[in-house]
Amino acid sequence: MIHSLFLINCSGDIFLEKHWKSVVSQSVCDYFFEAQEKAIDVENVPPVISTPHHYLISIYRDKIFFVSVIQTEVPPLFVIEFLHRVADTFQDYFGECSETAIKDNVVIVYELLEEMLDNGFPLATESNILKELIKPPTILRSVVNSITGSSNVGDTLPTGQLSNIPWRRAGVKYTNNEAYFDVIEEIDAIIDKSGSTVFAEIQGVIDSCIKLSGMPDLSLSFMNPRLLDDVSFHPCIRFKRWESERVLSFIPPDGNFRLISYRVSSQNLVAIPVYVKHMISFKENSSSGRFDVTIGPKQNMGKTVEGVVMTVHMPKAVLNMNLTATQGSYTFDPVTKVLTWDVGKITPQKLPNLKGIVNLQSGAPKPEENPSLNIQFKIQQLAISGLKVNRLDMYGEKYKPFKGVKYITKAGKFQVITGREY
Amino acid sequence: MTDSKYFTTTKKGEIFELKAELNSDKKEKKKEAVKKVIASMTVGKDVSALFPDVVNCMQTDNLELKKLVYLYLMNYAKSQPDMAIMAVNTFVKDCEDPNPLIRALAVRTMGCIRVDKITEYLCEPLRKCLKDEDPYVRKTAAVCVAKLHDINAQLVEDQGFLDTLKDLISDSNPMVVANAVAALSEISESHPSSNLLDLNPQSINKLLTALNECTEWGQIFILDCLANYMPKDDREAQSICERVTPRLSHANSAVVLSAVKVLMKFMEMLSKDLDYYGTLLKKLAPPLVTLLSAEPELQYVALRNINLIVQKRPEILKHEMKVFFVKYNDPIYVKLEKLDIMIRLASQANIAQVLAELKEYATEVDVDFVRKAVRAIGRCAIKVEQSAERCVSTLLDLIQTKVNYVVQEAIVVIKDIFRKYPNKYESVIATLCENLDSLDEPEARAAMIWIVGEYAERIDNADELLESFLEGFHDESTQVQLQLLTAIVKLFLKKPTETQELVQQVLSLATQDSDNPDLRDRGYIYWRLLSTDPVAAKEVVLAEKPLISEETDLIEPTLLDELICYIGTLASVYHKPPSAFVEGSRGVVHKSLPPRTGSSESAESPEAAPSAGQAAEQPAVIPAQGDLLGDLLNLDLGPPVSGPPLAASSVQMGAVDLLGGGLDSLMGDESEGLRSDVGGSPAMGGGGGFAAPGPAVPAGVGAPLGSGLGDLFDLTGGVGTLSGSYVAPKSVWLPAMKAKGLEISGTFSRQVGSISMDLVLTNKALQVMSDFAIQFNRNSFGLAPAAPLQVHAPLAPNQSVEISLPLNTVGSVMKMDPLNNLQVAVKNNIDVFYFSTLYPLHILFVEDGKMERQMFLATWKDIPNENEAQFQLKDCSLSADAVSSKLQGSNIFTIAKRNVEGQDMLYQSLKLTNGIWVLAELRIQPSNPTLTLSLKCRAPEVSQHVFQAYDTILKN
Repeated sequence: MIHSLFLINCSGDIFLEKHWKSVVSQSVCDYFFEAQEKAIDVENVPPVISTPHHYLISIYRDKIFFVSVIQTEVPPLFVIEFLHRVADTFQDYFGECSETAIKDNVVIVYELLEEMLDNGFPLATESNILKELIKPPTILRSVVNSITGSSNVGDTLPTGQLSNIPWRRAGVKYTNNEAYFDVIEEIDAIIDKSGSTVFAEIQGVIDSCIKLSGMPDLSLSFMNPRLLDDVSFHPCIRFKRWESERVLSFIPPDGNFRLISYRVSSQNLVAIPVYVKHMISFKENSSSGRFDVTIGPKQNMGKTVEGVVMTVHMPKAVLNMNLTATQGSYTFDPVTKVLTWDVGKITPQKLPNLKGIVNLQSGAPKPEENPSLNIQFKIQQLAISGLKVNRLDMYGEKYKPFKGVKYITKAGKFQVITGREY
Repeated sequence: MTDSKYFTTTKKGEIFELKAELNSDKKEKKKEAVKKVIASMTVGKDVSALFPDVVNCMQTDNLELKKLVYLYLMNYAKSQPDMAIMAVNTFVKDCEDPNPLIRALAVRTMGCIRVDKITEYLCEPLRKCLKDEDPYVRKTAAVCVAKLHDINAQLVEDQGFLDTLKDLISDSNPMVVANAVAALSEISESHPSSNLLDLNPQSINKLLTALNECTEWGQIFILDCLANYMPKDDREAQSICERVTPRLSHANSAVVLSAVKVLMKFMEMLSKDLDYYGTLLKKLAPPLVTLLSAEPELQYVALRNINLIVQKRPEILKHEMKVFFVKYNDPIYVKLEKLDIMIRLASQANIAQVLAELKEYATEVDVDFVRKAVRAIGRCAIKVEQSAERCVSTLLDLIQTKVNYVVQEAIVVIKDIFRKYPNKYESVIATLCENLDSLDEPEARAAMIWIVGEYAERIDNADELLESFLEGFHDESTQVQLQLLTAIVKLFLKKPTETQELVQQVLSLATQDSDNPDLRDRGYIYWRLLSTDPVAAKEVVLAEKPLISEETDLIEPTLLDELICYIGTLASVYHKPPSAFVEGSRGVVHKSLPPRTGSSESAESPEAAPSAGQAAEQPAVIPAQGDLLGDLLNLDLGPPVSGPPLAASSVQMGAVDLLGGGLDSLMGDESEGLRSDVGGSPAMGGGGGFAAPGPAVPAGVGAPLGSGLGDLFDLTGGVGTLSGSYVAPKSVWLPAMKAKGLEISGTFSRQVGSISMDLVLTNKALQVMSDFAIQFNRNSFGLAPAAPLQVHAPLAPNQSVEISLPLNTVGSVMKMDPLNNLQVAVKNNIDVFYFSTLYPLHILFVEDGKMERQMFLATWKDIPNENEAQFQLKDCSLSADAVSSKLQGSNIFTIAKRNVEGQDMLYQSLKLTNGIWVLAELRIQPSNPTLTLSLKCRAPEVSQHVFQAYDTILKN
């Protein structure tokens, strides 16, 4: 089970340590530093490192390494999931998961860690239970506490802790009862030189914000539930109902949570909302090249594509770029060789274009690699898979809640490869 | 108002100040002070000096303050055990508190204080809490048992906590069940055989019910526990699978992977014709793919597991190739894993796409990744024959890029392609040769040299090319030197006229100027081969090579099956069974062939060369075998014979045969034995004649083995003294007519731990014989005379003398064929005579060969099944007890006896002088004179001889 946890910042300082069993010396982190040094790039530090007596399993989030020490055979995914949960909790409590936030709230962090894990076994990881045990810091509360002398640690047993629905506490009360669902879809795609799709899939989630009094029992149904064949559910969802009726039936946790995540991968269901015309070439034996990229909207069902940003990792030999953008602005960082073009909204009447000259280091050979273009965009009020919520019903409570559904489509890892065809 | 203010006081009197604040009357000030203390603790500052002051704050009704003090206590109690006692009363009182939160907190904290004196007081409160009316307290107490067990296992057992814990598996609350399972799993990990979690259909049913209702973490524990269950038939397996399948849709990836493990394991039991089997296969793919859209760390673990799953059941993911395509911003560790899986999934149907991807990867920036991509192209060529041509042309394109490491990597894989498809792609050799100068890595140089040597007849300037390498011969790495030596010899055999000078040059470089024993030995072998029989040399050196297999890096099936049972665990990440690396997995003794030490005799013949004289001190270097494997030329087994030293001094360089001849002719069949050994045991080969103290000992094996043996020595004190094993009647080893009138007959015996060779020397000649001496050739178990052959008086004609020659097993070791072959040279005043004999293996069975039961079980399981050999012992109508006692006399020890359906099963162990353990299972059926003997041993080649020993002992 999880033995100890070290939090390490990018410059290699251990700024927090927590031990759930006996104390493990900080020196165990030396193995981690060694691996970190070898990996050069922070993202490339291997997540599982073995040392003579321990195993180090780490994640990298928000510029912090969460390094856990284990000594016996433990499922690594269990550890990694738990570490992410710890980071999520910090985020939830302090608004950000950063070294400053953690240092500012070190006692709460310590109390949280103690509450989340007991002897290496997870104890309470649901945010609503934790919040009953340890109140999140707010400016108001710390003022009140300092006046009244009361503490920010709950002294009664959280109600959800042992019921069959550990994710919900009893006695929730709101004056305005609301239930909001955000259907968020991200497109991961690889488009080849000729514009055909090499690979495309949609990663979708439904994030919910439920502020309902009492013990509401909700049913959410879709117009086209058949789309969802690869789904991960929040534990609150009754799996049997879904299997038989394709309806999401659940007693929701209180507040914000992720109801489901799903994946749509069959190619004909994944529409690609933008196209890119590109011409990037480097002349043989000359220290320059040409760059010409146009972005246009494709099947987007009448919705506007906005928030478009293109980033390109240019070849190492590129010295600088002289470009003109018909829309938006571009920057080129000569150190990292990253070109960023902030396009904004695409209007079909006048397609945004970026074109000009690429200057290469003189004498350098013609670059071998062809850069790939990474595109980000957003489309409001559209789930690109076509997923649509049909209706939401509530049982178990008498009041009438306010309901809302929002759709949004974003680019995930969306890249256009300029170098090859399939 | 943030906590960072706690860090700001860095003045000298910090501790002093804190002390004052802790003893303040104001509650608020106290709490602030404790917070400061905790803050210092989190960054590793030592605030243990404040122990009494902090403990004083413990008795409070403020829960936050109490929790903070507990946090402090857990950290420092160990270093201040006497002070910690002060806290006990409060703990015990808190365990009675009406608030369940406080009861649970107290028992939880007490369990974390690893001080013996405190744990004594813990027992009573813990017992109460395990039966508490509140499930929150019960579930906390369940974990506390595991904590206590970690501190004092005996105490937990004595107090009967384990039984209480087992009862909690039937608790009404799923969270309590999950924690009880987790605690029991942790405890049983340190007691592999204790069978704490004895699962039966009823308890399985309870677990499956709890599975649906408990937290995600609890689900992981329950699923891992389910995976250890063995369903009684396929119907039970199917019904469990059906109830586990919904877990595949869980948001927690660890739950998903644990569910995959259960399904993969139980699927084994389902018939493939079953509809359900197909459904299950289909259901497994989507969750595995979904894992790949998670955070990179999760992806990595998932990919390592998918790698196993793909090898076991390729059909699950065969249509999902695209999800394994590398994304440019994947971390490198994800990229490398994806590449591996792409190769595994490559087939004729998708090879075009895969190749296009790989070619693209080969132009990326990260060197490691690019190398692996190039290598992957080669593996595609070898795996999918139809694509070979395209792969080769892709590789040639890559070579044209002239990117140094790409070219080198490409050449290494092209060598393999040549091996796989002989006489097909040799047209590209010209292109390869153009890049000769740019190769600076040993592996690429060696590969290129191999190609030049292998295809010397097609390369016009092969001699020039090789000669160019020869210039810097001494600066090359061993790998390249060996390859160069072989290549030039090949060249010479193909074009003898032009290259005589070259071959002489390389042979002298290898034999006279090199410090490397492998190189020297290989040089000598070639030299002798070429000078004695060029035709034979051609046959050996240019022999047809075996084809290389399709997929080289598949995990061997038994290991794979074992790893499938460990999906989701560290073992699956490392692709090694847990016994191989997890510390504290007690009871599993991982053993391998013990090193054959004691080859103290140095190789006289080559060392006689003056230039290489002092080189004997050099440690033996063992070359990487990988590339050379299968190459028959890898005969670096040391000088062929470094026979009995009696004649050795006369051996000269170049005239090696003086003594060799005599023994060589005698050992006609031995060279085959040598050859079969090629590549098999580098330790032996490389060490040929050098004191190479066990370079093959895997690190870490020594310790557990050692302690195990220690126990054994204690056990066997009384047994060894009685031991006198069976002695065969003497037989004639050397007939008089072959030895100028000296007849030798003899036998081997073992008594009280010492081996002796009982000889009768008979003089059938007409003259008196004297000056006897005896010498053994190197043999499989290092048998050697422990004393000189003592024949006190000259042996008159027609006189016999009986001599018992004590033997030891510290002589030089060389694997013989048959294994128990012993070659002996006997000298007298007339001549030197040679004979060979076979010794019965039971003289090597040592007195401390009784294995501990636990270890026996673990070892039996640990030895792969293919090492098991089964034999029939015919015509032996002894009872089990008689068999047992008879075998015991020859140091075969019965560890356990079991009666299964009327048959007696004897479990036995024995140990050879060189430390090899042999485990046996002997089945005796009452009315049947044929016994069945199953032997398991890490060195399976001894099994046949052990069986013979059994046979001899039981029949006499």
